Amino acid sequence: MATKTGKQNIVIKKIEELAKDVWNTISRLKQPELEMPIRALSNVKYDEKEGYFKIQDRVKLRTLTASTIKTFAQSLRMMGLSKSLIEAEDIATKREAYYVSKNWGDARFKEQPESDTVMDDIEAMMRVNREQIGFIPEEKGGDVAGKLIVIDKDQDTGKEIKIDCTKFGSGAYSVPSSVEELRFETNAKFILAIETAGMFQRLVKHNYWKKSDCILISMGGVPTRACRRFIRKLADDKKLPVYVFTDGDPYGFGSIYRTLKVGSGNAAHINKFFCVPQAQFIGITPQDIVDYKLPTHPLKDVDIKKIKDLIKNDPFIIHHKPWQKALKQMATMKVRAEQQALAKHGLNFVISDYLPKKLKDQKTWLP
Amino acid sequence: MTRKSAEELAKKARQISISEFFEKNRHLLGFDNPRKALLIAVKEAVDNALDACEEARILPEISIELIQLNDTLFRMIVEDNGPGIIESQIPKIFAKLLYGSKFHKLSSTRGQQGIGISATLLYGQLTTGRPAVILSKINKDKEADKIKLKINTQTNNPDIVSSEKVEWAEKNHGTRIEIDMEGAYLKGKQSVDEYLKETAIVNPHLTLIYTNPNAEQIIFPRVTEEMPAEIKEIKPHPYGIELGRLIKMLEVTAAKTMQQFLTTEFVRVGPGTAKEICQNSALLPKTKPKKITREMAEGLYQGIKKTKIISPPTDCISPIGAEELEKGLRKEINAEFYCSTTRPPSVYRGNPFIIEVALAFGGEQEADKTVRIMRFANRVPLLYQQGACAITSSIMNTAWRNYGLQQSRTSIPVGPCTIVVHMTSVWVPFTSESKEALANYNEIVKEIKLALQECGRKLVSFVNKKKKIKDEGKKRSYIEKYIPHVAEALRELLGLDEITKKKIEDNLGEILEHTRGELEEIKIDNPDYDPELAKIGSEKAELSGTLKDKKSLKSNEVKEIKKVQEKKEDIIENNVENNVENNVENNKEDDITTNGNKQTTLI
Repeated sequence: MATKTGKQNIVIKKIEELAKDVWNTISRLKQPELEMPIRALSNVKYDEKEGYFKIQDRVKLRTLTASTIKTFAQSLRMMGLSKSLIEAEDIATKREAYYVSKNWGDARFKEQPESDTVMDDIEAMMRVNREQIGFIPEEKGGDVAGKLIVIDKDQDTGKEIKIDCTKFGSGAYSVPSSVEELRFETNAKFILAIETAGMFQRLVKHNYWKKSDCILISMGGVPTRACRRFIRKLADDKKLPVYVFTDGDPYGFGSIYRTLKVGSGNAAHINKFFCVPQAQFIGITPQDIVDYKLPTHPLKDVDIKKIKDLIKNDPFIIHHKPWQKALKQMATMKVRAEQQALAKHGLNFVISDYLPKKLKDQKTWLP
Repeated sequence: MTRKSAEELAKKARQISISEFFEKNRHLLGFDNPRKALLIAVKEAVDNALDACEEARILPEISIELIQLNDTLFRMIVEDNGPGIIESQIPKIFAKLLYGSKFHKLSSTRGQQGIGISATLLYGQLTTGRPAVILSKINKDKEADKIKLKINTQTNNPDIVSSEKVEWAEKNHGTRIEIDMEGAYLKGKQSVDEYLKETAIVNPHLTLIYTNPNAEQIIFPRVTEEMPAEIKEIKPHPYGIELGRLIKMLEVTAAKTMQQFLTTEFVRVGPGTAKEICQNSALLPKTKPKKITREMAEGLYQGIKKTKIISPPTDCISPIGAEELEKGLRKEINAEFYCSTTRPPSVYRGNPFIIEVALAFGGEQEADKTVRIMRFANRVPLLYQQGACAITSSIMNTAWRNYGLQQSRTSIPVGPCTIVVHMTSVWVPFTSESKEALANYNEIVKEIKLALQECGRKLVSFVNKKKKIKDEGKKRSYIEKYIPHVAEALRELLGLDEITKKKIEDNLGEILEHTRGELEEIKIDNPDYDPELAKIGSEKAELSGTLKDKKSLKSNEVKEIKKVQEKKEDIIENNVENNVENNVENNKEDDITTNGNKQTTLI
């Protein structure tokens, strides 16, 4: 707890420093400015050694002018809310923060996306994680099943409790929104992160984790911060390899896998903590579509656009030749395939053939 | 059925006098209905009085009195300080149609044909049977003539009922006419009140004393002692002449030769041009005008067209002047922006003319209505037939969207704007004898449009400026709205006190205002505005005296509604239901709103 309080004190100090700066500037009759890093792919670099998207030093200045005064006021008020949350050792969900703003009169937010953006800006300004400034997302972290015991605390007594992820039957353990305090016990050999809940269900139902000594995690689309942090922490603590199993489409490659592995542009300032550099891609690759003669869907215009964009602008894809090759291959094939397409060869083909074969043959992976 | 012989039929055909004709077609002169008749009568009398004063170079002072004799009968008394009329002329001027001094000359007087005032007499005579009373004095040493007149409609000749010399001490010279007639007096648009007001606006040298049938006296004092430039009479320009008129002129001319005829009867025709015209018409310059046949006249008419003749002189017409016109408009309308322009003289059909436009924008004018159009010709307001007028069509055919007004394709634009158009000419082409609308001559429309565009360009730069200032104002209020929030957030974050917070607000205000510069303000700055004047003619066209009744009627209506509601409540009380309370509650609310309505109606 000591470290936590210490860290929080740092955030409060930072907030106060910023506010003092603004005040001093106003006292000198100069226009105050708030400086925040630009959160976009254009302001990240893929650091191969560290294995994630590192933020660069381009910043945007929010100068107080007639047109920015509303957001400026909102940013300051949001900082105030954050400060009081930390002081009271409380947290607010993004939606709750949005409702708190309804007390701010004319400075209130009209829609939640507005308050989310301001929140992200402050987070980036502080260069800390949302949770550290007192805000938590509403999103679910993801589902976990398999050979893992999560050590958490009883919310009332603070007593340690052990959650055995093998004991959820056909259900699963749900990753909480804040995972920093969790500890783990496991003898599993690897972590398998899965894109769709459907595929996760199939693997859980047939106790795949038992057969192959692993921990199954369902990401449900693009992994949330909590999910990314959970996988990272678990993989780091227990030195486990991480394999990622997604649909064979540009979204699975470029959004889900890439974000899990190296982070995103929008969260550029915190990618360091929210990435899983040890992740490896085990399917479905464009080559798999050919090799397994999978049923396909034609690529839509948005898919083709996404492929072009990834090849041209994504620092991670640009860095990895095999990914470029794979994406170009998909572009020429003009088709995509879902995870569940493997059911063409029998419902349990994925368990009996695909995964075992894949995990054995590193040459069929993508970096 | 027995056939009638040509002889029998011929017995029935007889000469129709002009008086008889107008007796039957009085709408041609504007006497269509009692309300308009009263207006036309006043207009004709005032036009005559003004023309007389100006011709004699006397600063006009005209008093108009309308007395209601019974429900439908009115007495109009118009008195001027003009030169007076000699006794022998009085009967012809007032009681013979088409007798006048202005028809055969070209000058920018108000009257043109010599119909108006005698037609008014005729109208009075037709509707009341009473003669008109004319009082006129030409010299302070002489007695005045008092003549009672009627028109013999068969012969179109004056019928003198009585004639006597009387004492008229209060006037050195002047004319007073008194005509009884059927009429209706209403205030509002197209009323006598509005007509006189507009007359005062475009005749700043005129003092007008007006007593309406409600015995309310309105005085429009003159605002300038300066008479308009003396009206010069010009001879017709050959291009403006019609064949019939040409033949007539050939008959009555005193000239001995064609050469002489052309150089003396027309403007801009010298010996050279006259020779050229004759050559182009295959006529000898020495031909006697009396010997010209109809065919030869036609040749002459064509010959004139073939000859190049310079435009008529334009110094014969004098505009009101852009400045004076704008001044008049300022009295009438409290606006934010005024502009005006006087076009250089131009020519249609050989007649020189000048177009003037003035424009008032914004202020107290309604923004979602079509613009108000004020039309004038030779300083006479045109109140009727707006739709048929060249001024209106010129306004409609101008692209006002470029000039900051709303407009759907070729219609009257919409916006908080008043447009004044004045045409001065030696001969104003009216569409009818009642002189209500200008005819659509290309040259005239073109000039009006050019003048409108000139004003439009000034208007749009103002409209843009206003918009910019408005946007800036919005931004300022936006800033002011959020400054307290920035200060409050800092207070909260740093635990500051209220005084420091106030200081932050002040500082922020200074910082942001400083970066934005001074805010310009658009205000109505119009010391000339005369709200009393502006009110005239803008009243609703209600018969005087009925206003009160209407109000009491409305409050009666409210009472009725209340009664109905009381009944409703009774019914509800009878129905013992759970929701009785709710219903009563609702009814109470209704009651309150009704009371609110009542108040507003009574106000």
